[in-house]
Parts: sequence; C-alpha cells; structure tokens
Amino acid sequence: MRVLVAMSGGVDSSVAAALLQAQGHEVVGATMKLWGGRSDSGCCSVADVLDARRVADRLGIEHHTFSLTEAFEESVVAPYVAGHAAGRTPNPCVECNRHLKFDRFLERALRLGFDAVATGHHARVERDAGGQVRLLRGADRQKDQSYVLAVLERAQLQRSLFPVGTMTKPEVRRMAERLGLSTAAKPDSQDVCFVARHGEGSGRKGFLAPRVELHPGRVVEASTGAVVGQVDAVELVTVGQRRGLGPNGAASGARRYALEVDVANRTVLVGGEEELLVRRHPLEQRTWVGDALALGTEVLVQSSAHGQTRRAVLEEGGVRLLDPARAVAPGQLVACYVGDQVVGSGIVAAQGAAAGISASPAG
Amino acid sequence: MPAYLDNAATTPMRPEAVEAMLPFLTDGFANPSGLHGASRRARRAVDAAREALAARLGCEPGELIWTSGGTEADNLAVLGAHEALGGTVVVSAIEHRAVLRPGEAVGARIAGATPEGTVDLDLLAEALDEGVGLVSVMAVNSEVGTVQPLEEVVRLGRRLAPRALLHCDAVQAYPWLDVAALCAGFDLVSVSAHKFGGPKGIGALVARGHAAASLVPRQLGGEQERGLRAGTENVAGIVATGVAAELAARERPETVERVAALRDRFVDGLLAAYPQTSEPAPREARVAGSAHVCFSGVEAEELLLMLDREEVAASTGSACASGARDPSHVLLAMGWAPSRARSAVRFSLGASTSPGEVDHALSAVRAVLARLAAATA
Repeated sequence: MRVLVAMSGGVDSSVAAALLQAQGHEVVGATMKLWGGRSDSGCCSVADVLDARRVADRLGIEHHTFSLTEAFEESVVAPYVAGHAAGRTPNPCVECNRHLKFDRFLERALRLGFDAVATGHHARVERDAGGQVRLLRGADRQKDQSYVLAVLERAQLQRSLFPVGTMTKPEVRRMAERLGLSTAAKPDSQDVCFVARHGEGSGRKGFLAPRVELHPGRVVEASTGAVVGQVDAVELVTVGQRRGLGPNGAASGARRYALEVDVANRTVLVGGEEELLVRRHPLEQRTWVGDALALGTEVLVQSSAHGQTRRAVLEEGGVRLLDPARAVAPGQLVACYVGDQVVGSGIVAAQGAAAGISASPAG
Repeated sequence: MPAYLDNAATTPMRPEAVEAMLPFLTDGFANPSGLHGASRRARRAVDAAREALAARLGCEPGELIWTSGGTEADNLAVLGAHEALGGTVVVSAIEHRAVLRPGEAVGARIAGATPEGTVDLDLLAEALDEGVGLVSVMAVNSEVGTVQPLEEVVRLGRRLAPRALLHCDAVQAYPWLDVAALCAGFDLVSVSAHKFGGPKGIGALVARGHAAASLVPRQLGGEQERGLRAGTENVAGIVATGVAAELAARERPETVERVAALRDRFVDGLLAAYPQTSEPAPREARVAGSAHVCFSGVEAEELLLMLDREEVAASTGSACASGARDPSHVLLAMGWAPSRARSAVRFSLGASTSPGEVDHALSAVRAVLARLAAATA
C-alpha cells in the first residue's frame, strides 16, 4: 500500500512510519501546519516540523509539510472560541481529528494517490474481509487514545492505520531508540496545541481574551438563589469545576461545583456534589463507527480522554446512566464503547446539568 | 527530462562563474585586507568584480556595498536608513519579506496594491508626507512577476516626501531588465547574485553618495565596505558575481526574447489544457520568466507535490519557516481570498530553461491535473 503518515514530530508517529516501512509499505511522511500563531514549539511549530523531517530523513522517506491553517482556524479554533463564548467547553483535539486529520488530510492523501493514512494514535482498527472495521482501545491502557477517535466513521477508519496501537508506550520508545530516531525520548504532547503554556497570552484565558469578550459574572447557589461569589469570566467556567468560584469556594465551607454556566445572564450556578449528579447525558452531533446501535442497547460511556467508564443505555437524544454520575460540561465528547470497542460518540448538549437534574426523577 | 521552473527562487550557477570562483577557494584564499601579495590579488579581484557590477547597476564602484545577499541588502537599506534619518518608513504591501519585515519592525506605513499586482500609486501618494524618511518599492514582484511603476514612484517620492531616501529591491529584476536605467532615480538599490547565475550568499546594495552618508551599519567590526558592512569579504562569491552579472547583462536582450517565447508557449499550453487556469497579473506587465498562474479548484500544495514526482520543480512563491506554504501575502494584497490564493502556482523560467523542459512540464501538468480531477470526481 501507499501510506501517508501524519508525522507530528512526536515519537508515536515516528515509530508508526518506521513500522509501516518495515512492513513493506510505500511510506511518505507529512506534517500538518495547523496553527500559524505562537505555540510552545515556536512559530508554526517549527521545532516539531524539524523533528518530523529528521525522522523521515533517518528512515529515508519523503517528507512534506501541508499548510492547513485556514481549515484549522475554521473547523477547530473558531468553534473552540465560539463554544467558550457560549459557556461550553469544547474539545479541540476531537474536532481536529474529525475535520482535519481524518478529513482534510485524508482527502488530500487520497487525491495524491495514497491508499491510506496513518497516525501515531494508540488505538487499534480491526478489519474483516467484508470491509467492516472495528475501532478498539489501544493495547497500552495508560496511553489509549480511542476516546479522541470516537468521532470517526466507517469510511474514515477504512482508510486509517494506527500502527503503534498494538504496542505499549515503553515498547514504542524502545523501538525508536533502537532505530536511532531523534524523537525517542521526546516528552508526550499535552494540552491544546494552539494554546501556549508559557509567556504572554498563554493559557486558555490568555488565548481567549483577545478573541472573545470575557464577562465577569455572579456565582449563585442553585438551591437558594443567593449570590455567593464572583468570577472574572463566566466564559472560562466549566461545568463540574470547583476552583475559583470564590470567595473561598463557598461560605459554608462545603465544596461547591459549577452546575450550569449561563453566559447570557453572566451567572454561574453552583451546588454540592450531589446536585452535580445526573442520570443522563444529553448528546448532539452523534456519530457511529459502524451501524447505528438500537436504542436501549447497554454501552459503556467515557467522557474524558482517560476517564473511567460508566454503564449507560442508549436513548433518544442521549444516554441514560445506570448509576448517577457527575454532569459533563456541554461541548465535551462522550464516547460509547461495547467492551473494548468504540461504537460511537456524541457531544454533550448545552444545559446538560440542568436538564439532568430536572430529568432525573423521570429517569 | 527534469524541468526546473523555479528560477525566481534561485538559478543554476553559470559554469563560467563557478570556474571564476574556484581559484579563490583554493590557492587564492587570502584575506583582501592583508598586506601581502596574495591579499593584493584578492583585493584586485574584489575590486574588478565591484567595477563590473557597478557598471551594470549604474553606480560608481565606491557606491556599491557587498552584502551576504538580497535580504541583507534590504535590511541595511531599510533599517540603516531609518536609524540614520528617522521619520516614517513607507513600503508597498507586495514587497518581499526582506523589506516588509524590517519595515514592520519600525512601524512602516504599508501602501496597498492594485488587483493587477502593482503598488497602488494613489495609496502610495496618501502614505507619503514630509515626515517620511524612507520609501521602499520593489522593481519586479517576486511572486507574480509584475514590473512596478518605478518612474511614478520616484516622482511621487521626490515631490511628496522630499526628505526621504528611495530604496528599490531589484533582486528579481536583474535577469530581465536594465537595472541601471530602471532604478536610476533611486538612492538605494538591492540585488542578489543567485538570481542571475551567481552563487548564494552574496548580494549588493547600491548606496549613492549622499545615501551612503545616511546609512547606519547593521553590523560593526572591520572597515570593509566603507565601514557599512563589516566582515571579511566573500571573495570567491564576489568574483563569481562579477562574472555572472556581466554574462547575464550582456546576454539579456537575447535571453528575454527567447524566454518570453518559451513562457508564452508554456502558459498558453496551460490555459488550453485546463480551462480554469488564469493569470493573476496581466502577462504584458510581467517579466519574461514569470509564468505565474492560478488553477481554480486545485490546491497548489497538492499539485506541486505531484509535479515533484514528475520531476517538475515549481513553487507557490511563499513559504514559512516550517516549510508549509501560507497563502501569498502578495495575492492577499491584490484582493484575493486566502482559499483562492492557495490555487496559485509560480512557475518561473530562467536563462537556462530549455524548450524540452517546457514541453516536459506542460505534459506533466496536464497529466497531474487530469489525475487530480479524476480523484476529486
């Protein structure tokens, strides 16, 4: 096969390229330039591109850089900003997979005559003779990235390879070392790639402040309606958040959690942990890896990259949890599994917490 | 036959220039500042090359400052003049980044461009006033290949910004136009050797008498280049530049005629092969080697990658440190949307381009466009 490997400049995609090459595929590497602004690896992530190029040189494969900055801005950054402006907490990495890596990048690869794309994600794809695909958790449970891939659909997965998904991270690093790849000891990437962690304009607030108007707001106790504190920016509050809802969390000394973010009224509703519990996650933008499962099917839901799974039942417009669990912030992804297999996903709809509370008696 | 159609990026060295520089990389390695015979020979070679290039640029040998290339010459002109004279810097929006970036660094006013790819003279006039210390407008645009209205620029500059020095980045002009005549009205003129068959890493800034007195050097050290550019001379590069400049200028009329015919054949072939092909700037306003075209509906990045596999070298004209192609700032200044700008390809022919290369490139572009169309359908 002719495979285009998305090389981020990290160790996983480096080894992914090496593995495919060793398996006899015709491999070409490409690094996506997604973000034109400042980042932790320099302007346009130059350092990462150089790392990827060095690995490609070492492996003796062709390497290209694709500029997808406008698409990234449009499909990832702008929705991220708009989501926060509306009081949601989007997951840009998920949207990048959905719209860039497994859409624009994949499409380009196919136009250029490649048969498939590969990335360094820790996940597995199983294929059967009939062209059906199953997306499974990576062999290394600590590093499993099936969650951020849960938005992919059959046509995308049919053309996608995750060569390191069957390996553990230490195995990946050992292999990189054995092959003399310069990325062998490179730290894992963290956080949102376009939000710098250091310097001026760093952090989520530093990133959002020039792009969206941030409003100070009241913190209101949900059960009593009493104003118990203030926040600098309601747009930066995430449902489930505990810190920064001062003064001192709450006057009573009990732990207070953000239950709902109401940007229009510049209000954050807070309550105790029990008030955060919901019996349902309302979901929109639902996707299925394969055929849609029937309502009533029991699945495991996971609502963060490495979060724990909970039993739930598929229902119209969401999932019903078998046991109450903390609300998930609107904008976040809920991935659905059956066993180790990813079956689909959905984005938590707005007013998740409130809907959950009011819906809970009805179950 | 591989086709090299990226001559605006760099040109192959003239064999005569390679030959001329070799002795100065071997036996004739001496430092021209020395007091011994070998140094004097190196000094004489540098001076001879200086005379040759100065004659072709229409300046006195003493008005020519060797630099490490076009970028350094532009930086010395913009920042050196600004530091000496103060005032506002005015540059056009379609300048090369070697002018734009130093301009931006000192808060330059940016004069916009016309949709045809030339500096908008009305906007330029608006940007000029008595407080302006430097005006910089290029001779030939590095991406779309348009010749700029330099006479009008000089006239406007002298009338509306009487205090200002006028700088012209003529890096892309030298292979095609008589820079001495074209830039006669400018105080400062930049050129780069590797655009006309010389080596990389060498260029020059013309600083006419009064202008040289108004430049603050960007690097300090020895007294080379009248103290305006400290550092031991790149003797071999300078010698090769003199030879290449001489050859390019002498052969220019014949080169322009021959290459323009090849370019017309190539571009007409592209227009015929793919109906959505257009020329962003009018052909008659561009230099002979410029075959800048837009293939609507095609991502230039993809086209170039596929052409590379067919051994056709071309470019988008813009690049970023990561090696990715950003939408051209020139096309954006001409009023293009970023998505459309991503469909533009800069093919650039040079003195060495052969009819065979053009034929190969033409059939390769046809084949690749057909393949892309099939994959998109």
